[in-house]
Amino acid sequence: MKRPINRAYTLLAVGLTAVTVGLFACQGGNGSAVGAGDMASAAQAVYVAPGEYDEFYAFMSGGFSGQLTVMGLPSGRLLKQVPVFSQFPENGWGYSEETKAMLETSHGFVPWDDAHHPELSMTDGVPDGRWIFINGNNTPRVARIDLSTFETTEILEIPNSAGNHGSPFITPDSRYLVASTRFSVPIPNRDMSIEEYKGNFKGTLSFVRADTPKEMEIAFQILMPGYDYDLAHAGKGPSDGWMFFTSYNTEEEHTLLEVTASRRDKDFVAAVNYRRAEECIASGAGTETPADYRHNYFNDDHIAVSERVNSVLVIEPSDCSDLVYFLPTPKSPHGVDVDPSGEYIVAGGKLATVIPVHSFSKMLAAIEAEDYEDVVEGIPVIRYESVIAGEVANAGLGPLHTEFDGRGYAYTTAFITSEIVKWEIGTWQVVDRIPVYYSVGHLMIPGGDSREPEGKYLVALNKITKDRYLPTGPELAHSAQLIDISGDRMRLLLDFPTQGEPHYAQGIPAEKVMNNQVQFYSLEENTHPRAAKSPAETRVVREGNEVHVYMIASRSHFTPDNIEGVRIGDEVFFHVTNVEQDWDVPHGFATMGANTAELLIMPGETRTLTWVPQEPGIYPFYCTDFCSALHQEMQGYLRVSPRNANVPLRWGIGGEWQTQQ
Amino acid sequence: MMRRLLLSVLLAPVVVLPAACGGDAPSDEDTAASGAQAAQTEGQLSAVELEQGVGPIRDLELGPVDPALASQGETFFATKCSACHKLEERFVAPALGEVLSRRRPEFVMNMILNADEMVQRHPVIRELLAEFYTPMPVQVRDPDEARAILEYLRSEQTGSTTTPSGSGASR
Repeated sequence: MKRPINRAYTLLAVGLTAVTVGLFACQGGNGSAVGAGDMASAAQAVYVAPGEYDEFYAFMSGGFSGQLTVMGLPSGRLLKQVPVFSQFPENGWGYSEETKAMLETSHGFVPWDDAHHPELSMTDGVPDGRWIFINGNNTPRVARIDLSTFETTEILEIPNSAGNHGSPFITPDSRYLVASTRFSVPIPNRDMSIEEYKGNFKGTLSFVRADTPKEMEIAFQILMPGYDYDLAHAGKGPSDGWMFFTSYNTEEEHTLLEVTASRRDKDFVAAVNYRRAEECIASGAGTETPADYRHNYFNDDHIAVSERVNSVLVIEPSDCSDLVYFLPTPKSPHGVDVDPSGEYIVAGGKLATVIPVHSFSKMLAAIEAEDYEDVVEGIPVIRYESVIAGEVANAGLGPLHTEFDGRGYAYTTAFITSEIVKWEIGTWQVVDRIPVYYSVGHLMIPGGDSREPEGKYLVALNKITKDRYLPTGPELAHSAQLIDISGDRMRLLLDFPTQGEPHYAQGIPAEKVMNNQVQFYSLEENTHPRAAKSPAETRVVREGNEVHVYMIASRSHFTPDNIEGVRIGDEVFFHVTNVEQDWDVPHGFATMGANTAELLIMPGETRTLTWVPQEPGIYPFYCTDFCSALHQEMQGYLRVSPRNANVPLRWGIGGEWQTQQ
Repeated sequence: MMRRLLLSVLLAPVVVLPAACGGDAPSDEDTAASGAQAAQTEGQLSAVELEQGVGPIRDLELGPVDPALASQGETFFATKCSACHKLEERFVAPALGEVLSRRRPEFVMNMILNADEMVQRHPVIRELLAEFYTPMPVQVRDPDEARAILEYLRSEQTGSTTTPSGSGASR
């Protein structure tokens, strides 16, 4: 189809109507590949032939959807949406009895959160493909997704936090991931005047043990001045053992931050020596403090459980010398990114005119020389001139995030001018820039925050889409753009839509994940106490007003598929076991009038749908996932009788009825 | 401008196609060849494969029925097979009470262990698919487990259990 609009005109209109979209970078026209040759070459670069695989997995945060999206690169194809912090009708996540506990928090059941930053587990500073973690921002949590099954298997709530934004950045050995609070709050939280913020509201930097599944726990929290802690990244190589956090609102303002928190020319990067924290704790520092938070995980029966945790170890910088240092950083910095060598710490000063780059070795020297300009609440502030390695000038307006290609170059997003700026580490000179459409936030190079980046592709994660796709009402899918960074000049290859709002993303060579995939889900490993693993074990059991249906699904029938004797006032639990074990053979289950969702039951798995019938009658149930040529025959009936009826409980298949003994 | 865009779009496939053909993607000729291959697949089964099935099991030497092994097999059968197979009557899938009078034991085990390929390639199973419509899933991957299920079926055979002559081609 032809594009029935004049592009230049639209661009102008967008520019005029949406000043916040930004000033358009002047280079490279409107981002269409120019000329048939370029277009063909870009098409060839992203073409993945039918039946072939993408070279990389890309994991995009779902943003306000609360989920994680899996895509292939370079094709930009959507492969999967993994539910994490939000209920998900597609497979009953957060609706089925086995998964509801995953969304429990100290505030009760939270069905929807805001997910921001996926972070792959690492071994020796390189993504290893075992797990990916992601933060829940609104109700502070972190989650583990097992990449052998692409399933969320564990969620830990973070106490003494509000707005878990700077999370879940991980150490090179996956020992810790961090959770820093965006909003400072009274700790412990209490009823007090907002106007008494200064000195009374505090921030926390939490270090969560992450290297053992089912056993995520908060090792310690560092109590910090009442700033907004924004993002983080771990040191590596020489800076291994340190974690770097950005902060803004060092003004400690509580209203109209847009203006009030932009007064100071510099805020801080907090450099935390977490091995030092371990030493201090080993010698008795820190206070076990009452708290109330949840640890949710799949137990050995693969049923989610939610455990209450009642305390957390809190350590203050004044209890532990040499634990935290502040690096002055212009201005209201957002991202903080450590180069592959571990020497350079790049902060995206979103209101700064330069990109400040700190030197880890200079930082150590300054600490050695006690070259401080101030001490804030026991935290030394190193002199800016003593820690800065260089400033990248002319790097666009609104620099936010930086990733690296492993060949000596860094790539920084400029939000306001909608561009990616490539600059050289060491000379701090800008060597290339490319416009992106529009208002880029994070960017992602597979492995681009690790010790060994795969410097072939860069994905720009844009906040504004406007005229890039066919219009779809007031909300458009956020646009990602794939850029080839293998040559001297960046080259735009592809636009593709994403789900929710991908803040950060991670990428990894496909073979590091695909080779670990589970492809056979053995029934022997299903230890669900309500599983029926053969037709002989299927049954319907009345326990007072509860009716438990132990059902199996296999192509193309349910056993039992006829059930009678359910009465108004009963609560019916369908425990459906998919007795097929081969991957990609899920069955669905839905029954008329179910007030929650449907089930999607993976091979070898048992899932439970609760259903409360409201009126006497006949209720069909059926498989919702097209499973075979006889999928439309995969159905059954359940009879509901009045409250005081004496229809006997019985069930069957193929005309053979059974009754409760 | 619109004209240039249109032209680019028109040109793009022309340029892309030969490039794609030169890479890993199959060319038209390859595709044609693989289509022909699919058609010939059945013809490519050896006499042994026709008789004993496609899969890892060949030339079993069976002694008298081992009741302990058969009892193990009964448990596996209940969990992994009985949702579709009954012994005495046709259900979702064929009755198995006389299967060993129709098929060689190797055929039965290969069907259990290698159902996907059997469904794709073996003419007898392709015929059964046309009759029953639901392809048999792989439910067992351990040859010892398949062997136990075979033993259970041997113990339950109601028809002649003499090794059928010829292939598994008669039902």
